[in-house]
Amino acid sequence: MNEHPLYLDGNALAGPLGEVFTTDPTTAWRLCPACRLPATLAQLHVYGPEPGLTARCPGCAAVALRVVTQPGHLWLQLGSGAGAFRFSRPHDRVRNPG
Amino acid sequence: MGSLSPGFHGRTRAFEGRLPPGQYPTESFPVLSAGPTPHVPTDRWSFTVTTERGETRSWTWDEMMALPQEEPTVDIHCVTRWSKFDTRWRGVSLDVFLDEVDSSSEHVVAESFDGYTTNLPREDVTGGKAWLAHAYDGYALSPDHGGPARLVVPHLYFWKSAKWIKGIILTPDDEPGFWESAGYHGYGDPWREQRYWSD
Amino acid sequence: MHGWRRARLTERTRQTATGRTLRLDVPEWPGHLPGQHVDIRLTADDGYQAVRSYSLAAPAGAGAGSIELGVQATSGGEVSPYLADDLPLGAEVEARGPLGGWFVWTPRESGPLLLVAGGSGIVPLMAMVRARLASASDEPCTLLYSVRSPAEVWYAEELDAAAHRIRVRLLHTRVAPDGSARPAGRIGGPDLRDLPPSAEGRCYVCGPTGFVEHVGELLLTTGYAPGRIRTERFG
Repeated sequence: MNEHPLYLDGNALAGPLGEVFTTDPTTAWRLCPACRLPATLAQLHVYGPEPGLTARCPGCAAVALRVVTQPGHLWLQLGSGAGAFRFSRPHDRVRNPG
Repeated sequence: MGSLSPGFHGRTRAFEGRLPPGQYPTESFPVLSAGPTPHVPTDRWSFTVTTERGETRSWTWDEMMALPQEEPTVDIHCVTRWSKFDTRWRGVSLDVFLDEVDSSSEHVVAESFDGYTTNLPREDVTGGKAWLAHAYDGYALSPDHGGPARLVVPHLYFWKSAKWIKGIILTPDDEPGFWESAGYHGYGDPWREQRYWSD
Repeated sequence: MHGWRRARLTERTRQTATGRTLRLDVPEWPGHLPGQHVDIRLTADDGYQAVRSYSLAAPAGAGAGSIELGVQATSGGEVSPYLADDLPLGAEVEARGPLGGWFVWTPRESGPLLLVAGGSGIVPLMAMVRARLASASDEPCTLLYSVRSPAEVWYAEELDAAAHRIRVRLLHTRVAPDGSARPAGRIGGPDLRDLPPSAEGRCYVCGPTGFVEHVGELLLTTGYAPGRIRTERFG
């Protein structure tokens, strides 16, 4: 019996999400809406890979996103209350805020 | 070099009659997880049926264990392509619970202690086709396999057999669950290979 | 962003009883950074496909258009035993990558470098070691490498040869070599003594999930800030 089933890092999401993102998604950043822990996508705890990848907050295990890969399709679900991911815009770094 | 990965066969093999399309037989019992394993002590466990009007009927562990017990031996089929033959369970037919409430809903959502959900037609969890199982192969069901109690609906893909079940909600409409809302089939018949939405 | 490219097996090297490094030719490979990984896809005759992630063991550059992977065959596994022993030399699989921008280190980063590997978790860290050795950097670099026994050490000769430029500390968990000052046992607080100052450097940890959890806690106890630790777990 395994008390803590095996999980991976969000690093494991780089391949599946890389199919649909134009920048590396694993450095995207979020603040968990449930426990306020900040984390990059690479730091999330990822369960799976089958039947899908479930990425959870490393602090409180709230679901951050889910990815299901099928022949011809990729499903990405952020779910309600899952928070937002902040992506760097590689071509927009020179502009100052405000 | 024409073909890719020559000599790679995956695990698919033919198995007359009992093996749905695209499945391979396994002797082991793989554990798939979508999150940390909840540990629910039986003295704090309860099972609740909720109707579409919000009425509830609950059973404690001892009350559930006092209900008529059945011992189904069934084949199970996981959407990740393994099938396991002659699995032995002990538990209570869902008919016993659903007969206790007044509902005209044609759909149910099974809900687990870890927040997992899965949707099923009511007729697929009644008529002796589904169980609340608390023992596997003669032993109390371990947490990694869904203990203290899980749903067992062997004629559908095994993601429908929710682990760590805490209740059944009768719903007027079909409400996609955890995997069904992320691309998996709403019904999940292994013999028709209903894996994904489009199948 | 990433398509599947054909990758042809050109070389297979035995590292341990179950560990192999594979060199694959990938035409138009765009290069990668130390720590990144690739996905490998296998296709059976009936169309069934399986995808798994493997770390890149060498920095890009040495052989452009060629990548080196580390594969640990797990008994009963669907993909790793095939890659480790059955995929014929000259045959092709598909590769997607490079992947991951978080678990990455390049010699441009200043400050001491601490690498902590558990078992085949050495593979992506070896890419960092090799990049560090190929650079002019003289920042302190330490590799703590936890293995069950001396027979389980990947890249043994190369690490021996590197010992004058980086500090390599083998930590045996089950069987220590004869005459070893450190008894066999799990990595613990004493193994983290005399490391480079924790405030300035970066720390990379790779290994099985339990190992990474344990080392992560040790590092935090030792005074490493969470923001300085990057981890990669494998199942």
